Amino acid sequence: MVPLSWYLILAAFLFTCGLFGALARRNAIAVLMGIELMLNAANINLVAFWRYSDTVTDLAGQVFALFIIAVAAAEAAVGLALIIAVYRKRKTVNVEELDLLAG
Amino acid sequence: MPTEIPIPTVTQAIFLVMALFTAACGLMVVISRNLFHSALFLVGALFGVAAIFVLLEAEFLAVGQVLVYIGAIATLIVFAIMLTRGMMRGRTSPMNHVSGRGALGALVFFVALLGFLNKVPWPDQAQAIAADETMIAGLGDKFVTTYVVAFEAVGLLLMVALIGAVMLARDR
Repeated sequence: MVPLSWYLILAAFLFTCGLFGALARRNAIAVLMGIELMLNAANINLVAFWRYSDTVTDLAGQVFALFIIAVAAAEAAVGLALIIAVYRKRKTVNVEELDLLAG
Repeated sequence: MPTEIPIPTVTQAIFLVMALFTAACGLMVVISRNLFHSALFLVGALFGVAAIFVLLEAEFLAVGQVLVYIGAIATLIVFAIMLTRGMMRGRTSPMNHVSGRGALGALVFFVALLGFLNKVPWPDQAQAIAADETMIAGLGDKFVTTYVVAFEAVGLLLMVALIGAVMLARDR
């Protein structure tokens, strides 16, 4: 059997990749892709903990993961619509050039 | 005499292959210079995560992941990339001006996570699920009994979010 820690290490690595993408990329859509990676890493954690728990028939981990997928869909739709609207107005999606609110 | 390398079982070998594929795709998403390549690597990473779900015996979740994440979200991302072209020349670096500090922070975070993971004695084996027990019926039952409020709330959230997205991206 695969030890639980292997799943957790994979999820930690994916989360770190997503975190780096969200922090360091220039394009706003690339930032959003980093966020999706982080959500998937959390999902892997949830399902792994569900499978290795003592109450596998309770399915709480799977339900939680499904809700996360649904919320991620809603968030990606709104985020991408915002990016498209900003592109229409400012002709750029470079996060360094979108600084109207900066001090 | 060199110490012998433990030979992985079949399940462990399958996990290692899928995990390496997912991790490689995940890394290429955030490093790739071409934005469209990043989107394709994201699709690969999402497929890898679906395979991990199958390994964890959450088959419905794996299919849902493919349908929703790859079929809807990744497609939306590709659409948005096509609609906001002009940023994919590839001459300049894909990283912004805080990428060095971001990389350092992410690395510190990863090392800290691994340190925490090391401290807990995680289980090596999972409880066996009976071969004829289907989780899908139980999942549907849970959605309409125990978690019905959250279920309805997420449905409402999706409707409102999608209406809002259409309003935001509307051609004026």
